[in-house]
Amino acid sequence: MTTATQTPSTPTTVKPAPTGTGAPRDEHVRRRDPFALVRHSLTLTWRNLIKLKHQPEQLIDLTLQPVIFIVMFVYLFGGAIAGSTHDYLQFVLPGILVQTVVFASLGTGVGLCEDVAKGVFDRFRSLPISRYAPLVGAVLGDLCRYFVAIVVVFVFGTAIGFRVQTDALAVLATTGLVLLFAFGMCWIFALLGMTMKNPRSVQGIAMLIGFPLTFGANIFAQTATMPGWLQSWVKVNPVSHLTDACRGLLVGGPVATHVGWVLLWAAVFTAIFAPLTVRAYNRKS
Amino acid sequence: MHDAPAIAVSGLTKRFGDVTALGGIDFEVPQGTVFGLLGPNGAGKTTAIRILTTIIRPSSGRAEVLGHDVAEEPATVRRLIGLAGQNAAVDPNLTARENLRLIGRLTRLPARRLDPRAAELLEQFDLVAAADRPVRTYSGGMRRRLDVAAALVSEPPVLFLDEPTTGLDPQSRGALWELIRQLLREGTTVLLTTQYLEEADRLANRVAVIDEGRIIADDAPGVLKERLGQTVIELDMGDEARAAEAATLITTRLQRAPGREGPLLRLAAPDGSMLLMDVMHALEGDGMVPRTIAVRESSLDDVFLALTGHRTEDTP
Repeated sequence: MTTATQTPSTPTTVKPAPTGTGAPRDEHVRRRDPFALVRHSLTLTWRNLIKLKHQPEQLIDLTLQPVIFIVMFVYLFGGAIAGSTHDYLQFVLPGILVQTVVFASLGTGVGLCEDVAKGVFDRFRSLPISRYAPLVGAVLGDLCRYFVAIVVVFVFGTAIGFRVQTDALAVLATTGLVLLFAFGMCWIFALLGMTMKNPRSVQGIAMLIGFPLTFGANIFAQTATMPGWLQSWVKVNPVSHLTDACRGLLVGGPVATHVGWVLLWAAVFTAIFAPLTVRAYNRKS
Repeated sequence: MHDAPAIAVSGLTKRFGDVTALGGIDFEVPQGTVFGLLGPNGAGKTTAIRILTTIIRPSSGRAEVLGHDVAEEPATVRRLIGLAGQNAAVDPNLTARENLRLIGRLTRLPARRLDPRAAELLEQFDLVAAADRPVRTYSGGMRRRLDVAAALVSEPPVLFLDEPTTGLDPQSRGALWELIRQLLREGTTVLLTTQYLEEADRLANRVAVIDEGRIIADDAPGVLKERLGQTVIELDMGDEARAAEAATLITTRLQRAPGREGPLLRLAAPDGSMLLMDVMHALEGDGMVPRTIAVRESSLDDVFLALTGHRTEDTP
């Protein structure tokens, strides 16, 4: 279909002519359009976003869940844990930010599994697009979802009295750090989504991973108040490092070591689970 | 490569671990024809389609679309094909229009052609009224029509339809058949898989019957039907002894041996009513009145029974 680039104005260029003259081999296709992966991925990112428009329940889930957690923990337990709901809000909000994004990243696995189970991926694979575009599009679309959740936490938290003690740059840094960590984590769930048959089982297993990560951390209470055996888990839990880093960035405190750990964990998760996901994705053949 | 067949398959196998999904199949589909791949669940139909549409690679053998090898030139093949069916769906969370536009963008339709092409297809497939509703709200028939429409966005010369009408009511099935005939008139080559003999018969120029990963018959549907009989007559004689007796009568008087299964006798013929009269005549003088008589179109099951000696659900 060499005509596609020569005469882009002809409406019928998409009609592939089954002629033998200069039938392009695969290498030619790649050489001619180096941005195909980027373009197709962005198109599929767009798909993952407009999907939200038609699934208001998912959007509500994404926005309401952090709100409920903030209200519940701050007003229900805040007084008991920290003596004052305002003090507790300052303590817990960075943590809920982390928890929200970890839970949002579970959705990546469920979404991928649904796409595979419903045959949406098979359709994509039969199209003349980059092989990895559906996977990249799904992950990019989810990063946008995580971003929405982050904004909700900040806006609602501020509305009920959370105050950033540092500056706008720190807020940006927090957002970036949380997104980066979520990007790393989402590969774990993406792998589940690619290897398991049923989206519901993915949801179940992902929850089993998500709960000890977020509740077995320093999100809701100080590590020092916990029994020794739990402390030893909480201290190595990557989510704790991320929570500490966010607290440091938003309300003050040590940052550098925790950020280092978070970057390391995000890199480790990506290095292990992204290739495994890609392998599972290719194995679908 | 004007002369290349639309699809050419030779010695194609696919193994998943220890399971042999395709045990070496061969067939050819000339351009501009409809080829039916007929078989029960698990026969290997979907595996064959997934190889031909470059989704999976064959274990051995060759498969070509318009002269291009699916394993060696997948990108070229993808630009020549459209795929619709049970395992290649549209996104249920987008509207029909969004789905068609999405495929248009992915298949590099020029931006200003996206809307007109989507509108054309919505019109052609009678989906205009529902065009802006999420697909998950569609009925089965609407959904299948959209599936086929989505496969046609880039006007591919070769179309693969994987069980396009499974689970549809007769009316929706008829509507989809009409659309497929329309495509054929426009010169598209169609490979369709089906579990229904009638569907293969109505649409296909040639039918291959596939069972356990092997093609056990490959012929024009008329020839197949002649071989197998279009109509099936089933006589329930009440018990096995009477069935044996009646079978002997029919065999001697009509020079054809009915199939026997317990108290049941089964005969197939291209002309069912004629056969029924003959059978009745053969039996009536001896008072061999059947308990019940059933006359029906021959089903895939009958074809299998005739070709393989086992029923479709049997695991030999």
